[in-house]
Amino acid sequence: MNRVVRAFAKRLFGMLIVLLIVATLVFIIVRVTPGDPAAVMLGSDATPADIAQLRERLGLDAPLIVQYGHFMLGLLKGDLGHSIFLNQSVGQALLARAEPTFFLTLFSILIASAIALPVGILSAVKRGTIFDQIVVTLTMVAASVPSFWLGLILIQVFAVQLGWFPASGYGGPATPFLDRLGHLVLPAVALGVVNSALITRFTRAAMLDVLGDDYVRTARAKGANERRVVLKHAFRNALVPIITVIGLSIAMLVAGAVVTETVFGLPGVGNLVVSAVLRRDYPVIQGTLLVVAAIYVLINFIVDMLYVVADPRVRL
Amino acid sequence: MNDVQNQPILAVENLTTSFHTRDGWKPVIRDISFHIDAGETLAIVGESGSGKSVTALSTMRLLPRDKSRIEGRILLEGRDLLKISEAEMRAVRGGDIGMIFQEPMTSLNPVFTIGNQLAEALVLHRSMSWREAEAEALRLMERVRIPAAKDRLHEYPHKFSGGMRQRVMIAMALACRPKLLIADEPTTALDVTIQAEILLLIRELQKEENMAVLFITHDMGVVAEVADRTLVVFRGDMVESGETGRIFANPTQPYTKALLASIPRLGSMGDARGPRRFPEVDLTTGIASEGLEMVRTSPETKPVVSVSNLSIRFDLPHGRIHAVENVSFQLHPGETLALVGESGCGKSTTGRAIMRLQKPTKGNIFIGDKDIADISGQELRRLRRSAQMIFQDPFASLNPRIKIGDAIKEPMLSHRLMSRSEAKDRVATLLSQVGLSPDMAERFPHEFSGGQRQRISIARALALSPQVIVADEAVSALDVSVKAQVSNLLLDLQAEHDLAYLFISHDMSVVERISHRVAVMYFGEIVEIGPRAAIFDNPQHPYTQRLIAAVPIPDPSRRAIMQPADSPEIRSPVRPMDYVHPTRQYREVSPGHMVQLDDHVGAA
Repeated sequence: MNRVVRAFAKRLFGMLIVLLIVATLVFIIVRVTPGDPAAVMLGSDATPADIAQLRERLGLDAPLIVQYGHFMLGLLKGDLGHSIFLNQSVGQALLARAEPTFFLTLFSILIASAIALPVGILSAVKRGTIFDQIVVTLTMVAASVPSFWLGLILIQVFAVQLGWFPASGYGGPATPFLDRLGHLVLPAVALGVVNSALITRFTRAAMLDVLGDDYVRTARAKGANERRVVLKHAFRNALVPIITVIGLSIAMLVAGAVVTETVFGLPGVGNLVVSAVLRRDYPVIQGTLLVVAAIYVLINFIVDMLYVVADPRVRL
Repeated sequence: MNDVQNQPILAVENLTTSFHTRDGWKPVIRDISFHIDAGETLAIVGESGSGKSVTALSTMRLLPRDKSRIEGRILLEGRDLLKISEAEMRAVRGGDIGMIFQEPMTSLNPVFTIGNQLAEALVLHRSMSWREAEAEALRLMERVRIPAAKDRLHEYPHKFSGGMRQRVMIAMALACRPKLLIADEPTTALDVTIQAEILLLIRELQKEENMAVLFITHDMGVVAEVADRTLVVFRGDMVESGETGRIFANPTQPYTKALLASIPRLGSMGDARGPRRFPEVDLTTGIASEGLEMVRTSPETKPVVSVSNLSIRFDLPHGRIHAVENVSFQLHPGETLALVGESGCGKSTTGRAIMRLQKPTKGNIFIGDKDIADISGQELRRLRRSAQMIFQDPFASLNPRIKIGDAIKEPMLSHRLMSRSEAKDRVATLLSQVGLSPDMAERFPHEFSGGQRQRISIARALALSPQVIVADEAVSALDVSVKAQVSNLLLDLQAEHDLAYLFISHDMSVVERISHRVAVMYFGEIVEIGPRAAIFDNPQHPYTQRLIAAVPIPDPSRRAIMQPADSPEIRSPVRPMDYVHPTRQYREVSPGHMVQLDDHVGAA
């Protein structure tokens, strides 16, 4: 396992460097946004004195390098700053809204994988058959359907007409946990189905690639049955591209939370960003940007680690 | 044979296999019949496309079921394999019939350990537990003589060399003590010295188990070494079959004669001093043209390539590979210097350094009077004109989406040597020079055979009228008859253009034919260099001797390589970082024939 430990340490170090760069970029982006944040926040009626006062409160009057030092020091202590409107620290605001985003992403990717892996494998094994052609066509259609449109259809059928699931919202802290999760079923299905299309196509292509390989023939020559040939010998070798696309899908789901949560009225991280942008709540935008970037980096890190586990030849 | 006790292990009767194409079912082998007894070896020999592998795959029923149709009878101890269920067939595969394949590098599953893959067959067929199977796998690895088997059981295939992987494949095929072993080109991808070891191993195991062996190969030398009986196939038809000795001594069919005549044989040079053309054989009549000696026209002149004290090293996390160490040689216009040795000996790296595709660690390479290490920009472009390269794989070295005319034109245009219309004319000339028709310029690579593609690669290399061509295994992947034609083409072009060839090859019988001088490389060093006749007739270095002795001789009455030999321990090419290479002394055996004195091979 020496190989895995070494790869882990190396990537972990790389990840820290990336996060440092991301934090710096976020800092710069917020500073170069046109307009004085304080002036924008206070609106056109504000007096110069008010603005100056706010600038001082926000620490914007200090030299850039000092502001940067404060920002980075705060990050080291886990302090993302304080929201201007929410009367909450950015960390608290994010934490309060993490639950729906986390579970929605998790369920969506589970649904997507549960559809995509078996269908993709079967489609590759039965290449050229009617089944395969239907899969190829359907995945193309599904990949071009916007998830919010599918979401609206699902709401119309299962929430409005059948009344099986709530149409939107998430409930408050007082709502029982399972009821809260119940709000996620329709959005998770919508996202899962749309995301399964890409994963199915990748799985099919990866399987087709390895099914023609020599070691698959060797496995057959050994007398292994088809199930074993496909699931053990071929699938293990197709894993690397499949892991990649699942990782990418998760990252896209997190980044796409802005749209999804607006459509389904979910009080998640995406929702937080939208309201922060509308209200020019710079600390929140800054903090969320950083956290989302960190999650992105973390997913890539996990994917890299899975490569090492999935393929003994991979060295990082 | 009527006696039930003596019924053959495998009897194939009127086997016809067809593939489904757009034009309906198309037979690829027709009416093939043969049998193999216990303890016997039958070789099926033929060129690519002859259907020999299809015969083997049909026997195993490993062809895709919906795209192939197998007719006839395949009797394994009297049981027709074409009539049994898929489940019964699975018990046959890996149980009664073991199979090894050509590509040891890709035939093992890269994500499972060797032990796991060996144990799998035992778990499947002999209902062992995984624990028992792993213990048995260890015994199997020892049986195929894998050193330090216990430690290697849990390693992955990529840590094994080609020869070692093929041993693992053999162990896997033999795991369940099959009655029949099908070996599909098992040694084609291996070095000759390794090939000899693998052939010997198969022979010994066959004796121990009294196994029938179906041996598929294109190499008549290997046939002569291993086969009791031989079946010759050509484009899907049986041409001739019989005792191997009889086939070699007295072939009745023209194709067999042609095949035998076109084999490059060691020691066929007679008194010739320069290279000799291969006899070219008409495949339908079997009549061979005499292979003429090439007379060298140009007098000794200044060398066109001069390599001195070249060293190339690769640093790894845990050491350093001395890929090329203190190599020096000169190459003159109109001369072929062959660089021979086994894979990993540094011969290709040396060739790449001359093309400046690889940066030397130390030493100088002069092309003409320019040190190629010093030049850049314009001068480098000019240099690239004077040295060109031909690669081994004619399928991979041409871009499938570029018309071959454009591929040949490209170097002329990118060097701005001529206008488009001039280049077009030049392409036509080049194509006819390499024996292709000028109107083929509009076609794509997939429309050509392997031999034709190699001709295209040669035309592309010639496009800039180079002085030197580095030919890296340029004919190794070709069928014998094609190999002869392409080698002859290289000889003709050399005579015509006074080309210098650095001919990198592991194929000693081709090297003997076409080179003026030979340099033998071993672990990055030249251990012996000299005129071709001196190296082949009077090899001094133990490694050179071993290399020549390991070449299969296409004469069943002189089986040579099957003598068990002490194979020297496989050395790791990785050295510690602070390793200092010893300085070597050379002895001049005869004028121009130098041999390394410090004998580090360890053979007697």
